[in-house]
Amino acid sequence: MSDIEERVKKIVVEHLGVEEAKIQSDSKFIDDLGADSLDTVELVMAFEEEFGCEIPDDAAEKIVTLKDAVTYLTANSN
Amino acid sequence: MRRVVVTGLGTINPLGNTVNTSWNSLINSDSGISKITKFDVSNYPCQIAGSIDDTQINDEIVNARDQKKVDRFITLGLIAAEEAIKDSGFISENNNSFRFGVMVGSGIGGLDTIYKNSSILDNQGIRRISPFFIPSSLINLLSGHISIRYNLKGPNSSPVTACATGTHAIGDSFTIIKNNKADLMVCGGAEAAICPLGISGFSAARALCDTFNENPKNGSRPWDKDRSGFVMGEGAGILVLEEYEHAKKRNAKIYGEVKGYGMSGDAYHITKPSEDGNGGFRAMEMALKESMLNSDDIRYVNAHGTSTQVGDLIELSAVEKLFGSNKDLFMSSNKSAIGHLLGAAGAVEAVFSFKSLETNTLPPTLNLDNPSIKTNINLIPHDAISEKVKNVISNSFGFGGTNASLIFGH
Repeated sequence: MSDIEERVKKIVVEHLGVEEAKIQSDSKFIDDLGADSLDTVELVMAFEEEFGCEIPDDAAEKIVTLKDAVTYLTANSN
Repeated sequence: MRRVVVTGLGTINPLGNTVNTSWNSLINSDSGISKITKFDVSNYPCQIAGSIDDTQINDEIVNARDQKKVDRFITLGLIAAEEAIKDSGFISENNNSFRFGVMVGSGIGGLDTIYKNSSILDNQGIRRISPFFIPSSLINLLSGHISIRYNLKGPNSSPVTACATGTHAIGDSFTIIKNNKADLMVCGGAEAAICPLGISGFSAARALCDTFNENPKNGSRPWDKDRSGFVMGEGAGILVLEEYEHAKKRNAKIYGEVKGYGMSGDAYHITKPSEDGNGGFRAMEMALKESMLNSDDIRYVNAHGTSTQVGDLIELSAVEKLFGSNKDLFMSSNKSAIGHLLGAAGAVEAVFSFKSLETNTLPPTLNLDNPSIKTNINLIPHDAISEKVKNVISNSFGFGGTNASLIFGH
């Protein structure tokens, strides 16, 4: 598991209160992990803080799985 | 005529996190007032409050993660609601859930959340504001959360009348059931304003006690000559009100009946009560009229009694004027032990009023060493007394000149 994936997973565990073992790379935050739409906004904020970047709204809308987040942050974080 | 009874009680307050623990402490003359330790108060004129220790907050009712998404007043309200609804034994079924509603208010709401987000906005910018900021601080969101959790699709609202909020919430719920718009209402108030902005704001208004920082337990002393303002408390009180036949049909335990509700406005001053006590008098008179009782039938007044110079005397004179012919009248202030819970005060005091009816015990007014005025009313100094009472009246008066009174009885 990459360092970025590990950090993303940690944030998802903290914010959504799900067990780490239940998170798959293609788990959808809303459909599979029980997040609601406001939770996903807060998740994106937490990613921004952790990775020191700004995720524009149109990009944030496309981050619906752990894999989406890791792919985006690998390409865009400092 | 539809009668309204109480079938469930719940509270968390500075004396305990259930009805029975806090009631037992109350009649045992314990004080819930202590030095504020959550934030630095060394420069504050008032450094004491009735705080709830975080260890008292049951994570099984609101888990730690969800607590972060709501202001503390909502967490406290949900804890009291869980106890009250469980106590009532009521479960809302889908086919008629629109007959069951919620009316829980708060005087101030998510003040600390607003303060913290305001600071985030100034220091870190707009992108750091949480999407949960608004829903965690809006006052009616507590009623919203309760309705979602317990499937209550009937009337849903939240009064905001400062320190009279809890009493208005119960009275308005009583009226809703009486008028056949619902069969059951979960109602009351919640408050969590012991935060830097809350304490400094009330201090600036010269409302808080500032002479007992070294002896916190002696700070709240209604009618005593050394009183110097109210001591803030936090917590929640929730009652389940139910139409009598509805309660009987499901064999619910009945604590007593809500018999009358009165309200009035002073039209006088933004923070001071009208000097002739006419507003409080008219609220009590209206409640008495609706109850169809005589003034002699009321034996106990669960007072607003905040421990302020002017307010205490005005209430006492209004009570004397309405009930003075009763030679055997008792009156005490729960705030002497738990402080002033603002929008939750009337609701917690209603919970304790029903415990008085249930146990024939009248709680004491702590610290009443030297009454500042002579009265024939027994103000129950220091120790609780055993006294069978059939009917009680509970008063709440708020900033803005808003007054509310409720009569409860067997």
